[in-house]
Amino acid sequence: MTEYPGSGLVKGLATTFKTMTRRSHTVQYPDQAPVLPPRSRGVIALIEENCTVCMLCARECPDWCIYIDSHKETIPAPPGGGRDRTRNMLDRFDIDFSLCMYCGICIEVCPFDALEWSPEFEYADFDIKNLLHDKDRLGQWVASVPAPVALDDRAEEPKEVALAQKAAAKRLADSGRAAQEAGTPGPEGDG
Amino acid sequence: MNWWLEVVLRLVVILGFFLLVPLVVGQMEHKAMAHMQGRLGPMEAGGFHGWAQLIADGVKFAQKESVVPAAADRAVFQIAPAVALLPYLIVLVTIPIGPGSQVGVALDLGLFFVLAVMGVGVLGTLMGGWASANKYSLLGGIRTAAQLMAYELPLLLSAASVAMAAGTVSLDGILDNWHWYWLPWQIVGGFVFFTAGLAELQRPPFDMPVADSEIIFGAYTEYTGLRFAFFLLAEYAGIVVLCLLTAILFLGGWHGPFSAHLGWLWTLIKTFVLAFVVIWLRVSYPRLREDQLQKLAWTWLIPLSLAQIALTGVVKVL
Repeated sequence: MTEYPGSGLVKGLATTFKTMTRRSHTVQYPDQAPVLPPRSRGVIALIEENCTVCMLCARECPDWCIYIDSHKETIPAPPGGGRDRTRNMLDRFDIDFSLCMYCGICIEVCPFDALEWSPEFEYADFDIKNLLHDKDRLGQWVASVPAPVALDDRAEEPKEVALAQKAAAKRLADSGRAAQEAGTPGPEGDG
Repeated sequence: MNWWLEVVLRLVVILGFFLLVPLVVGQMEHKAMAHMQGRLGPMEAGGFHGWAQLIADGVKFAQKESVVPAAADRAVFQIAPAVALLPYLIVLVTIPIGPGSQVGVALDLGLFFVLAVMGVGVLGTLMGGWASANKYSLLGGIRTAAQLMAYELPLLLSAASVAMAAGTVSLDGILDNWHWYWLPWQIVGGFVFFTAGLAELQRPPFDMPVADSEIIFGAYTEYTGLRFAFFLLAEYAGIVVLCLLTAILFLGGWHGPFSAHLGWLWTLIKTFVLAFVVIWLRVSYPRLREDQLQKLAWTWLIPLSLAQIALTGVVKVL
């Protein structure tokens, strides 16, 4: 195709005109909820029961925006014997979202899955002090944590699932063998 | 008494036109430009699709502090926006909207008057650029001057071609003599007139004198508040006047089906279609460099308009 002089000018006009006839891409946010991508990083939710106060998150946090206080409590020995055990009790777990840079390292590093990403993002405030979320506020976000995203097709199974299935299969085989032994008594068993 | 009433009525209608139509064009620019870029444009002001956006803008401008720089030439600085805006109002008085008496004042030298007064409008930018005591404003002003020198000539030559064809410089006279075959006959002149007019208004892609990303709005750099708003309004009033003139000189103005009754509507339709083209060009094309700007005027538009005059003369003699 030969290029006529000025054909670029016509193409430019055609492009803008075609765009005008199509629907625009604007999402009118407050009236219309945005479609967030999976694994959106909105706010960090805390599942308090899982936290062991290991402090890994607070130490890994690049801008030191996690504050943790705790004390030790002694759990008396059970009546059957044994010894008293101590465990950490979480007193304070604050994340300062005016400092947080949403890197997600705290969530990656948590060995007990006590921290999760929630896609909620509408917690802007008029006072910067209110961006310091305490453990109750962080706990409220748990309800909005989405289920984990499904694995890709033909992806390798997670290690935990494989382990659990192996254990289940072993138990099934064991009980099967036991039932076989119980259900088909040999003639020598009677005697 | 009756005569006075008629004069006042005509002036009120013209003033209303002057205040309303540029705003409609401005709103059209907001919306058309947004959709051409895949956006929605203003949606909130006034409720329905942001129809009151420009009114809100006007209120905002009125609230802003009006600053005159300490080193500025106060008087010149302060009257520059009026010099930019008022000529377009004066031009509107002599433009025939419909057949017969649907014109403020039917001047015998209408075309001459209109082009002369439109040239004054550009002086407002020059004055602002010179009086601001700011190097960017001065650069903008000088670029405006260069552009004025380059584009006034093709504008006048192509308008002269129409006057030659009609044998009169009266705008009504031109329209009375208009025939459909003028459309192909004067099409080159129409192209030159419209392009040169755009350059005179410093509309993109000919906005080198304001070039906000380069010399920070040129002559308007130091302006704030209502004075700045007047400069903006002058730009849109200029678009309206340019489109009206192009429609009248080259597209037959009020000529069209049922023009005896709906002539004014034809003028308005043609004007708005042209205004849409002005906006469309702004969205589609990048800014011309200063040397490209001068080259376009001197090596393309002026020879084209001279050729148009020659063609008009030849056809007229035959």
